[in-house]
Amino acid sequence: MTEEEKEVPKKKKPKIPRQPMPEQDPHERAKNFKEVTYGFTAEFALNESIRCIQCKKPVCIDGCPVNINIPEFIKKVSEGDMLGAAKVIKKSNLLPAICGRVCPQEDQCEMVCVVGKKDKPVSIGRLERYVADYEAAHGTFEMPEIAPKTGKKVAIIGSGPSGLACAGDLIQMGHEVTIFEALHKAGGVLVYGIPEFRLPKSIVERELDYLQKIGVEFKVNHVIGRIRTVDDLIQKDGYDAVFLANGAGLPQFMNISGENLNGVYSSNEFLTRSNLMKAYNFPEYDTPIKKYKNVAVIGGGNTAMDSVRTALRLGAENAYIIYRRSRDEMPARKEEIEHAEHEGVQFIMLTAPLRVIGNEKGWVTGLECIKMELGEPDDSGRRRPVPVKGSEFIINLDAVIVAIGTNANPLVAQTTPGLELNKWGYIVVDSEKTCMTSKKGVFAGGDIVTGGATVILAMGAGRNASKSISEYLKNL
Amino acid sequence: MNKILEKKVWWKDTPAIKEFVVEAPWIAEKHKAGQFVILRVSENGERIPLTISNKNLEKGTINILFQEVGKTTMTLGKLNVGDNIFDLAGPLGKPTHIEKFGTVVCIGGGIGIAPVHPIAQALKDAGNLVISILGARTKEILIYEDLMKKCSDEVRITTDDGSYGRHGFVTDELKSMIESGMKIDLVVTIGPAIMMKMVCKVTEPYKILTFASLNTIMVDGTGMCGACRVTVGGKTKFVCVDGPEFDGHQVNFDEMMARLRQYVDEEKVAKELCQQGTCRAA
Repeated sequence: MTEEEKEVPKKKKPKIPRQPMPEQDPHERAKNFKEVTYGFTAEFALNESIRCIQCKKPVCIDGCPVNINIPEFIKKVSEGDMLGAAKVIKKSNLLPAICGRVCPQEDQCEMVCVVGKKDKPVSIGRLERYVADYEAAHGTFEMPEIAPKTGKKVAIIGSGPSGLACAGDLIQMGHEVTIFEALHKAGGVLVYGIPEFRLPKSIVERELDYLQKIGVEFKVNHVIGRIRTVDDLIQKDGYDAVFLANGAGLPQFMNISGENLNGVYSSNEFLTRSNLMKAYNFPEYDTPIKKYKNVAVIGGGNTAMDSVRTALRLGAENAYIIYRRSRDEMPARKEEIEHAEHEGVQFIMLTAPLRVIGNEKGWVTGLECIKMELGEPDDSGRRRPVPVKGSEFIINLDAVIVAIGTNANPLVAQTTPGLELNKWGYIVVDSEKTCMTSKKGVFAGGDIVTGGATVILAMGAGRNASKSISEYLKNL
Repeated sequence: MNKILEKKVWWKDTPAIKEFVVEAPWIAEKHKAGQFVILRVSENGERIPLTISNKNLEKGTINILFQEVGKTTMTLGKLNVGDNIFDLAGPLGKPTHIEKFGTVVCIGGGIGIAPVHPIAQALKDAGNLVISILGARTKEILIYEDLMKKCSDEVRITTDDGSYGRHGFVTDELKSMIESGMKIDLVVTIGPAIMMKMVCKVTEPYKILTFASLNTIMVDGTGMCGACRVTVGGKTKFVCVDGPEFDGHQVNFDEMMARLRQYVDEEKVAKELCQQGTCRAA
């Protein structure tokens, strides 16, 4: 080889496009509860992994609330070492199959991805999911490194994302961990809220099983505040610290007339019946749910999308989203809005409900609404919707599902003297990092501190809390 | 966990009435009058609420009494001593407000007598004069007569068919007591929604404070869904966390009764399948 030949400039590699995500046909999937997306094939995963340019300063890591070493795991994927990639992820995140599916990556790791500046960002979430699913299918159970036992006991209230993340970390630090869950199944919003077609419950079970194998104890059917108080746990049961991760599970209603008519649901009830109780399998499962023909869901968040798509799968002929702002302001993930649209959900934007109309037997027959227009920006920076005079109209319905948000469930706070709350009833903590409440030895994180947020933010809070709790236990 | 230690069949004809003594020391320790549990009978089961009707603190047990009206209660009734209840969560709900009121009348209708029992006991322990009115369709299905006698200063009984006690409804007996000039400081009522509504109608003109313990449809029983919501004094309340007990004069019973009928069709389907022999506990 001559020197000249060597100096021939490298041929530019053909640019690999962002790999598509295979999914079920929209018309088919609108009738079943199977997962919408199939996940990457091996080829797609490899192609996508090569798109990562392995930056010197990987900002994607800072974009991830639990700081997964993203370039490192993607490099392993590109080398075909999926189990190695899984190991890298699990150093920071014990629930990758869940996060890879439900995180809003477009607002987190993928938003800051350098490749995304000129092209579409690397599909970090889809790769994370691919690695996690690969591990589940091919991997053998491997015990993570666990520090020597400290003899300290921590009680975690709530088994949602925040509690689970905190439990996984604390157990690896050598502490004893018990999770108290009010429902009969652990997982919080992952089992009662997010539907099967977005997050298969077998995956949640798999991840919970992993936590159990590494030593986390689960006590289901334990409603803290009733069967035990936080003080009982510390004074009678010998727990050295308590982490409150009980979420924001109290549904908000609209406070309009007719809201207690038959056929009006909170999204929490509708989704709990369908997801946790598997009412879509009635009568094989005992919990009933109605197959309504014309259903409207009020709201524009992910919960609203989950509810309307569930209603569709239960057999609705017309499934509407009624939202008081415009599509641009909808807080739901873009991907979910598009999925809903492809499945046939009808969007009624800039519209607010005035009253639910019913018949003499107490059943919903319709909803009176009013058109809105966008006015000046409000405190949240979003333009405030203003009713248009005289634009009232009635839409015929047999069910209304209210998905306008949730509040803090007051049960734990009411029975825990000395716990400082803010004016909305959420628990006040020292800082995001310490998660320390006003009560000694009691920490809090996730939705019960921030109000309804995302799965990954709750997990991030759980991780922060675990560090802070461990620090506290050291000094006991 | 949740092991059935004793089983009593109060009435074996359809719909049967049965009672279990269940091992549940943590629930027994915390339970206060007026509170309930939510249970499931199998992995495919639904969650249903049942009131704790008695307990034994030393033995760490609670009693639950139920009538086999549909699939879940029929499946539950098939369990025997030594079996476990698949899922059991409690105690749930706010305890009854107990203080010394003076003379209290405790009214139980049908199997509603069972949940009245711990409340009557607590009111008695707080120094009240307790008069209980127990109503049943007929003599054979009257439950808890002896237990109620133990915690009441006086027990009055009514049967719809006149086979025992006064011929008539509990409201007839209550009306007679009020009209006789008896000073009543509190009425507590538990039973079918229509009975509670009628009791409240009797006491309202006399402004007698009346607690009704509501039995709405529930799913989680912890305040996260609102399936159990009722209108009380014009405001929406959740029976599982704000109740189950409310000022009966403030409750919109008609709305509550309409909401109780939401799933009659589905309940029928499930029950028929069960009667064909498909119901079986885990």
